[in-house]
Amino acid sequence: MMKKFLLAVLVDNKPGVLTHVSGLISRRAFNIESISAGYTEEPDVTRINIVVSVESSNELDQVVSQLSKLIDVIKIVNLSKVESIERELVMIKVKATREHRADIINVVNIFRAKIVDVGPEDVVVELTGSQSKIDGIIEVLSEYEILEIARTGAIALSRGPVPVKQM
Amino acid sequence: MMNGAQAVLESLKKEGVDVVFGYPGGAVLTLYDAVYKMKFPHILTRHEQGAVHAADGYARATGKVGVVFSTSGPGATNLITGIATACTDSVPLVCITGQVANPYIGKDSFQEADIFGITTPITKHNYLVKDVRDLPRVLKEAFFIARTGRPGPVVIDVAKDVFDTKFDYQYPEEVHLRGYSGRYIGREEELDSVVEAVTHAKRPLLFVGGGVIGSETSDIVRDLVRHLGIPVTCTLLGLGAVAADTEGFLGFAGMHGSYAANMAIQESDLLLCMGMRFSDRVTGKVSGFAPKAKIVHFELDEAEINKNVAADYRVIGDLRWSLPLFRDKLAQAGADGARYRDWLNHTLTMSREHPFSYKEEAGQIKPGALIRRISECSDPDTIAVTDVGQHQMWAAQFFDVYKPRHFLTSGGQGTMGYGLPAAMGAKIGCPESRVILFTGDGSIMMNCQEFATIADNDIDVKVVILHNCILGMVGQWQRLFYNHHYSQSELKGKTDFVRLAEAMGVKGYRLSSPEELDARLPAILNEPGPALIDVLIPEEEDVLPMVPGGKRLDQMVLGGNR
Repeated sequence: MMKKFLLAVLVDNKPGVLTHVSGLISRRAFNIESISAGYTEEPDVTRINIVVSVESSNELDQVVSQLSKLIDVIKIVNLSKVESIERELVMIKVKATREHRADIINVVNIFRAKIVDVGPEDVVVELTGSQSKIDGIIEVLSEYEILEIARTGAIALSRGPVPVKQM
Repeated sequence: MMNGAQAVLESLKKEGVDVVFGYPGGAVLTLYDAVYKMKFPHILTRHEQGAVHAADGYARATGKVGVVFSTSGPGATNLITGIATACTDSVPLVCITGQVANPYIGKDSFQEADIFGITTPITKHNYLVKDVRDLPRVLKEAFFIARTGRPGPVVIDVAKDVFDTKFDYQYPEEVHLRGYSGRYIGREEELDSVVEAVTHAKRPLLFVGGGVIGSETSDIVRDLVRHLGIPVTCTLLGLGAVAADTEGFLGFAGMHGSYAANMAIQESDLLLCMGMRFSDRVTGKVSGFAPKAKIVHFELDEAEINKNVAADYRVIGDLRWSLPLFRDKLAQAGADGARYRDWLNHTLTMSREHPFSYKEEAGQIKPGALIRRISECSDPDTIAVTDVGQHQMWAAQFFDVYKPRHFLTSGGQGTMGYGLPAAMGAKIGCPESRVILFTGDGSIMMNCQEFATIADNDIDVKVVILHNCILGMVGQWQRLFYNHHYSQSELKGKTDFVRLAEAMGVKGYRLSSPEELDARLPAILNEPGPALIDVLIPEEEDVLPMVPGGKRLDQMVLGGNR
């Protein structure tokens, strides 16, 4: 059975580092659900958040140890194995005719999402939450016409004062 | 002040580089102007692929980092096969490739190719240098990364204008890499449990790979063999880690390895694996590999643990750390040879009863006889280099290797065309050693342009072509598994290799009868200067033993006899 794990990968903020990471993933045929990258509290460190899908703990070890071999990878922590908070941001553009608009607003409120843009024929909904919550709102909104979806992929932080770099 | 090109060469000097293999072109004209002005030692090959394999042969033979220059685009893409070859076999290289000038990058300019992107999956690390101020740091890091830890190739792609830019050059004293220290000291407790396992084992077997040769720990492995009095086998890349005449050495293991080595693996109860990665060529059917053994994996690269074969014990760390400690702990534990005597004798009996062998046939030069004859004529310091195919396996079976770094072969990639340039590089690195290349009539054609380089520089390499008029290994598989359909594997034998060599300025000889192995061969080998020896061998000769694909090591097909 496939299991998902969220890895926080701290890398040198140097040109080419994303090529190295994505090149490794393709070369070793790892299954990646999502990958996102961004700046951190340290200007020369980028944090890459990878959700990897594996069949065994051995396969997970392979992902971690192969990634660790990359010269510009500083640290990898499996945040699924420690207490952590996981979030993803999604923006959904839904066709909103006059007759459906009220229903859509209802759904948005139930999910504690936000409407961030309204046009004559559409609304853009924004939601931050766990992947299952996001999957949930997408499922409900599919009853109307979804025009477009943009998702960031999951990111996570551990609970407590200790940052990943000190784990 | 100096320009980027001079900075490259100054840095190479500081790294102790004594020769570069390369080929000039548009993007590296300034670099080559610096080579000219500084009279930097450089071997001009006839193809970039020749340059990178030559650097690889140089690196494997000497343990130093091999250095390659090439131009952008096709110059750099011609290196790809050689970089992949070096990467799979953990050979330290630094390849400096020219890139189009900064303003032209990304515009599909003349001779532009994304070498950074192309080489990412086949290098230990790579760089694109767009600013000359990064050049000294990148060079320092590249050499450090290439030679430390598990060695491997590093590519530095340098924009053409970087070579031209003047700057205040200073070579850093140290490297600062947050994610890489190059040091691998493991946990001593891991060793203690292995020592415990050894003292309880009844049928322990040492199994050594290329990592032992790369880390220069052959002496310690030899101590272990002597002290424990247990049998030892190796991978193809591990040949030379122990001397061919070591008591207990069973020959190499795997698809075409010895009967004794493969059976010992299957019968062993404790397999002590050192610096190897359990390639599919060595394990046979993985689920049936060493079924009775606890597997101990001494390995620097943690990603190799459990990758192909699950280890019962792991000792993660540099062999230069773990093996001496292991030897000392074993000595303290009082483990010694006497208790393994019966097991050792059993393996030696298997070795005696089923040696590598071949059937003599009147009037024919048998490949085994040829290689054994050359081995007998060679001193222990001879470096044997191979290409890829049947001749490679015969060389591994019949050539006696006594020292590490004295058997050079493309193991992981199996790169045809590796041999001639690699032999050339080995000779340049080790001018005092005799260098013999074993190649085939298929492989030799894949880089035969390098005979010109060999002639120009009078590089004393003896090239022995095992000429069977077929792509022998392909033919063997077609014979065994494809109903003798020799699809596109027959070479028809019209090529005159003697004249080919002579056309490029290398002496050529042809041997066709077994008597010539005694009458002519030793004298040809002893002549100074490079030579090609075209040896006609029978076409339908199988490499045996053989473990067919998907079979266990003990299901090998035996063959031959004297």
